[in-house]
Amino acid sequence: MRWFWYASPQTFFPLAGAIGRASALLAAALALVGLYVGFFVAPTDAQQGEAYRIIFIHVPAAWMSMFIYVVMALWAALGLAFNTRLSAMMARALAPTGARFTFIALLTGALWGKPTWGTWWVWDARLTSELILLFLYFGFMALQAAIDERRRADRAGAILAIVGVVNIPIIYYSVQWWNTLHQGASVSFTRAPSMAATMLTGMILMTLAFWAYSIAVAMARVRCLIMEEKSE
Amino acid sequence: MGGYAFYVWGAYGVTVTLLALEVLVLLNRQRETKT
Repeated sequence: MRWFWYASPQTFFPLAGAIGRASALLAAALALVGLYVGFFVAPTDAQQGEAYRIIFIHVPAAWMSMFIYVVMALWAALGLAFNTRLSAMMARALAPTGARFTFIALLTGALWGKPTWGTWWVWDARLTSELILLFLYFGFMALQAAIDERRRADRAGAILAIVGVVNIPIIYYSVQWWNTLHQGASVSFTRAPSMAATMLTGMILMTLAFWAYSIAVAMARVRCLIMEEKSE
Repeated sequence: MGGYAFYVWGAYGVTVTLLALEVLVLLNRQRETKT
């Protein structure tokens, strides 16, 4: 595959359309199966009852909020290092979706926290660092919007995105490093998951659905950015 | 939903609304860039 051929926004434009359409179909199919498993196959939780079913959107949204930020920072860093137009556009295309998933993670967390913890919000390490992630996304988007010259805006945004990556391990390890109200990780790379197999299946399916959705909307947005820059 | 309907459906409702809005805004933006 000629990777550098697709580094040009004009040649990437039709490919982005094809990837976007395939990802949108995949996202819809995965979400349907994931929701079916989450609501009709996964059993009621012994401790939290039906309230735990928020897990099927809360955890995937939280994972996506962190994952998208890392991918966004990588694209921004590529744009900064090689001065490639498409890399900076990809970073800009991902930011609103990342911010949206961060907001969804915070909001669904609050809706889960109220019946299980007895409060919508606590200023503990996990919740606060996730809120900082939302502000980092907002900062990136605001900075891009505030600078008229495109290349300067991309460079400034890239530096902010790269510096903000330090927050990602803080979010991930916050439940280990500090005493927090938030529960520890139920799924880890180093040990077996501490949840029923059907619950885990539903969560993984919904994560894949959100992942495919993110690709679909990022591709649609990057196509808009390419068209808009072309017409300027 | 065992007494948790507001929280569970609230969470799903907000998520679906926010994602659907993003898709609608993007479709609108695509239409505008084509014209």
